[in-house]
Amino acid sequence: MNRTAGKLSLLLLLTPFVLWIVLLVLLPHVQMLRVSFQVRESWDSLSWGVTQYSNFFAESYYWRTFIRTGVMSMLTTALTLLIGFPIAWYIAKLARGRARGVLFLACLIPFWASELVRTYGWMILLRESGLFSGWLQALGWVDGPVELLYNDAAVIVGLVYNALLFMVVPLVTTLDGLDDNLVEAGYDLGGNHWNVLREVVIPWAMPGIVSGCIVVFMLTLGSYLTPTLMGGKDSAWFTQQIFTQFITRFNWEQGAALGVLLLVLSSLLVWLGLRLTGQNLRKVLG
Amino acid sequence: MIRSVPRSRWFISLYGLYLLAFFIYLALPLVVTAVFAFNDSNFPSLPWQGFTLDWYFADAAESGNRTGLFHDQGLLSALWVSVLVAFWVTVISVALGCVNAVLFERIQFRGKELLYLVMLLPLVIPGVILGVSILVFYSGMANQVSLNWGIELDLFRPGLPLVIAGQVAFITTLSTLIIAARLRKFDPQLEEAALNLGATPIVAWFTVTLPWLLPAIFGAAAMAFLMSFENFNTTVMLTGSDTPLTVALFNRLREGSTPVLNAVALLLMAVSALLAMATLRRS
Repeated sequence: MNRTAGKLSLLLLLTPFVLWIVLLVLLPHVQMLRVSFQVRESWDSLSWGVTQYSNFFAESYYWRTFIRTGVMSMLTTALTLLIGFPIAWYIAKLARGRARGVLFLACLIPFWASELVRTYGWMILLRESGLFSGWLQALGWVDGPVELLYNDAAVIVGLVYNALLFMVVPLVTTLDGLDDNLVEAGYDLGGNHWNVLREVVIPWAMPGIVSGCIVVFMLTLGSYLTPTLMGGKDSAWFTQQIFTQFITRFNWEQGAALGVLLLVLSSLLVWLGLRLTGQNLRKVLG
Repeated sequence: MIRSVPRSRWFISLYGLYLLAFFIYLALPLVVTAVFAFNDSNFPSLPWQGFTLDWYFADAAESGNRTGLFHDQGLLSALWVSVLVAFWVTVISVALGCVNAVLFERIQFRGKELLYLVMLLPLVIPGVILGVSILVFYSGMANQVSLNWGIELDLFRPGLPLVIAGQVAFITTLSTLIIAARLRKFDPQLEEAALNLGATPIVAWFTVTLPWLLPAIFGAAAMAFLMSFENFNTTVMLTGSDTPLTVALFNRLREGSTPVLNAVALLLMAVSALLAMATLRRS
């Protein structure tokens, strides 16, 4: 291929990519950033300012929800890792032959249903007229119907449920590559379960742990359905506030500022996570 | 903790119990949702009143107060909207994914590493934000144009074109990753052989490279269709008067739940399962 043809094919291939990323991702985000610094003085005049951001810090409801969402997302991520790790270990190291494939596929089953359907399933189970309440009454453990839905614990149960797949898959992939001999050597050198886990298994699995945690954290932080449908009056989620500003109050400037803040929070924590563990985005996602 | 290391009996049974509990936890909400689609009661809750297909086939005009899924015009039209959106999202994002995969796997150019990272960006942006930013940009532009020049750009108002745009924004990244992974395993010598045997680059692409990519293209298409169909976070910000199914279901759910919702949920699960099975079998 000569140089001109090479240049031409590069141009032809680059154009759709550039159109997609610029028109659908970069420009909209630049515009959102711009709008977040615009202050509406009357219906047709705007000026530049940081009113929306000072609103965020002045109004305790905003930043409290912000911190709550961040903390709950980290808690969900940690729980998902704790629950998912033994499962991934079993699939990668203990199960054999057919059982392995079947167990792995079983982990994927919930994802044949959308988040809405999964959340709806939990609502049927947990609400006052739900199955758990009925079973507890049948067992005689409680006297009347109990409301298990609409609290933070229910939200966490739902969020962990939604996130498990994204933790188990990367963990299985990395643990698969761990040579059994390394683990045996750990025991032969006098290590107990805890030592081997800490010195051999976890360092090896770190790339999988990091990539699982990042994906789970991002998904949880940005989730809307589960906290909205399963949370109570006090379990506000930050995405709900963005939604309220845009759809109910029609205050785009404030909504854009909250959106920028959420984006900054998630990018910052992802970046910190990568930094602390010495990973990079390309390895984790691509 | 591996096979060759001795484990005590109680450890093994405890581990087994944990696995069992885990898979019950995974299955329970879905099983319950599916079962209550057939309960002969007006609420999806205990007690069990007997088996019925009313929630699929009942017609309020003929038999009283129940409207089954197949007579529920609201849900059926939402289902159609979702199929329409998913179709276009699949076509556009898979086409873009093919082009991107070739760009990143086969062409050398300056700044490729940086562009690759930019390509991954939509995956680290929460879906709500993606929807909001597209709403602000396009709808804001439509407002400005209407204000300054009196021209109505309805295409850029909340509605199906914007929903499709919002979903394409992040689904393209996923389809690119799937197709690029397959292209990476392709032996370029095969294509060179085709060229040596007298094929033009276009013919070589369509007769050698594209058939090799086909499984990944089908996989990416199935994934794109499902992701689009199930998406809520981006869609809800961009939807206009024609609501896709997930948004319509969400609105119904807020009004109160009836077993019709279970019927829809079961139908969706069955369709995704079939689609997933078809892709697994192919690959």
